[in-house]
Amino acid sequence: MSENIKVLEEITSSEYKYGFVTNIESDAAPMGLNEDTIRFISAKKNEPEWLLEWRLKAYRHWLTLEQPTWQNLKIPEINFQNIIYYSAPKKKPQYNSLDEIDPELRDTFNKLGISLTEQKRLSGVAVDAVIDSVSVTTTYKEKLGELGIVFCALSEAVHTHPDLVKKYLGAVVPMTDNFYTCLNSAVFSDGSFVYIPKGVRCPMELSTYFRINAENTGQFERTLIIADEEAYVSYLEGCTAPMRDENQLHAAVVELIALDKSEIKYSTVQNWYPGDKEGKGGIYNFVTKRGICSGVKSKISWTQVETGSAITWKYPSVILKGDDSIGEFYSVAVTNNYQQADTGTKMIHIGKNTKSRIVSKGISAGRSHNSYRGLVEIMKRADNARNFSQCDSLLLGDRCGAHTFPYVEVRNNTGKVEHEATTSKIGEDIIFYCNQRGIATEEAVALIVNGYCKEVLNQLPMEFAVEAQKLLAISLEGSVG
Amino acid sequence: MLKINNLHAKVESKDILKGINLEVNPGEVHAIMGPNGSGKSTLASVLAGRADYEVTEGSVEFMGKELLEMSPEDRAREGIFLAFQYPVEIPGVSTTNFLKTALNEVRKYRGQDPIDAVSFLNLVKEKSKLVEIDPSLLKRSLNEGFSGGEKKRNEVFQMAMLEPKLALLDETDSGLDIDALRIVANGVNKLKNKDNAVIVVTHYQRLLDYIVPDFVHVLYNGKIVKSGTKELALELEEKGYDWIKNPVSA
Ligand SMILES: Nc1ncnc2c1ncn2[C@@H]1O[C@H](COP(=O)(O)OP(=O)(O)OP(=O)(O)O)[C@@H](O)[C@H]1O
Ligand SMILES: [Mg+2]
Repeated sequence: MSENIKVLEEITSSEYKYGFVTNIESDAAPMGLNEDTIRFISAKKNEPEWLLEWRLKAYRHWLTLEQPTWQNLKIPEINFQNIIYYSAPKKKPQYNSLDEIDPELRDTFNKLGISLTEQKRLSGVAVDAVIDSVSVTTTYKEKLGELGIVFCALSEAVHTHPDLVKKYLGAVVPMTDNFYTCLNSAVFSDGSFVYIPKGVRCPMELSTYFRINAENTGQFERTLIIADEEAYVSYLEGCTAPMRDENQLHAAVVELIALDKSEIKYSTVQNWYPGDKEGKGGIYNFVTKRGICSGVKSKISWTQVETGSAITWKYPSVILKGDDSIGEFYSVAVTNNYQQADTGTKMIHIGKNTKSRIVSKGISAGRSHNSYRGLVEIMKRADNARNFSQCDSLLLGDRCGAHTFPYVEVRNNTGKVEHEATTSKIGEDIIFYCNQRGIATEEAVALIVNGYCKEVLNQLPMEFAVEAQKLLAISLEGSVG
Repeated sequence: MLKINNLHAKVESKDILKGINLEVNPGEVHAIMGPNGSGKSTLASVLAGRADYEVTEGSVEFMGKELLEMSPEDRAREGIFLAFQYPVEIPGVSTTNFLKTALNEVRKYRGQDPIDAVSFLNLVKEKSKLVEIDPSLLKRSLNEGFSGGEKKRNEVFQMAMLEPKLALLDETDSGLDIDALRIVANGVNKLKNKDNAVIVVTHYQRLLDYIVPDFVHVLYNGKIVKSGTKELALELEEKGYDWIKNPVSA
């Protein structure tokens, strides 16, 4: 084996750099799942009766379902009785200032390079940090409050805005949608709730850092974002997780609702622990994200940079119901070592003159497998619907795989669907070429990958784009190209 | 500046270079000719540090340093440039962006600050004129979809940008049309000065009409079997390689 391949391999197989475990005493549900677990969670959160019933209904339906197997993934059997479905930091903190935060927790944030102090100084970013499923701290609340914007934990919104929650929870992703949404609906712990009132442009990026923290804690976040007529919001979701041995299940649900002429931009940088070089450990990430452009001329944009998790199963989708509405999906998915990703989007055109755009960049290194799976569906009533899809795959080395599964269903002959796809391989010859120009292998990989992902990274808010670039470099350090 | 001493190299257990000796001094132009498969590109690759090739014997000194001990990127930063016989395509990275990165890596190695945007653009302008490369090409992904001739011209453009001490041009003439050959060769000549050197690998005399060599070497079966002045190239053009191949003793 040549020197270059060795270097590439070293870089490709570099260990997870954000691995560490924080010991915050957990106040957890007993291991396993039954109706009592659900009652425990609901009681913990002091939930109204209707929500408990909602959860139980989901749970009873879930019992009738089986784990889906259609995706291009090898999923080890998951023992759902071996999971703790709820844990919360013991001291529910009430801070007046960041100085009061548990020092260990602050230390964790510091290691992540996202210390709250720093975050606070970052202009225009409000942070609602979720640690072990419970909102620990929320900033900028007052300023947002003046505009009538609600940005809080979902568990809080259940009490403060019960009508909105009742109306929209499960409205875009029905609890019975799939195995994982059903599970999430039964046991969801917490997540974010956002409501932007009519005509309001949210003046700052709303940002939440999700973390998985206690061992053996399944994560079941649930996020609900509603943009009322002519409202605008940009929401950022990012995460890193501590290193651990045992596989962890993560099954989140995100629902977006865009009313007339409103716009929601949802950006994610996902960096859950991917497992070690041999593929041991790592997060299983089964996420259902869906938005509905229910109003005319509304717009929903998903942007994601996915570098983490042992298994990623994720298809942020848009239902284009309102006439002239727009759906976008920009994605970079990186897999390395033994990671597997099956990700993509669905664009469902229902309204007239609806447009969608899909830009997917898959990067595979090591022995990983990366699949794009997309569906563009143009319904009968959707006159003049347009879709453009660009799906590119980049292979680093010889032992990884890239797959694309584009599905198109057109039921209206005025519809126009364009699909472009490319596959490029970054092999030893390209790396040597860069070396010969004075560019070392690691820089060469970063250069190529950043160039390749530019179109997607450009969609991210500035500070996030910088973080995403760093993450790409870390996840691929030295893997060819 | 370059001293190759009894260099042997193999790839996948096949011996390819079998004792090369060559000395190149500043200001000189050397031409290496020889039949297909004789080892010309291998020699260039070994000098540039390609990992597939294993040096089994011999040494190479470049500017007083042991060349073979350096990483490929350090060799480049020390001033060795290889214009590839088959340049690769790099998706998503424009030539401009690529060269900016390369130039700054070289500058960093020499303890210089990164070049500022304005100076860089001026440099691009100046050097693209020198080799008459279409500036719109430079904005596209490096070599992606370039014609054969455009790729070769881009190699010489990169050489102009990086100003190496020793340039190895591996069949840079093949694939160039008649006008392009003249333009590219003139570019190389303009870059020539008393402190740098060029080794051109070629099959054809016509390149050497433009880039006039001080020495011509014939590589055959992993060895330099004959060296001479520019007249040797004319003789080869006329007679072919057989008279050199057969009676090494004669
Ligand atoms: N990676 C490799 N694996 C196996 N054999 C190789 C490899 N690289 C080169 N060779 C062999 O080494 C010999 C010399 O090749 P090289 O490319 O150096 O020839 P060349 O003189 O440049 O020829 P040309 O004039 O056709 O460019 C050839 O027989 C070739 O097949
Ligand atoms: Mg050759």
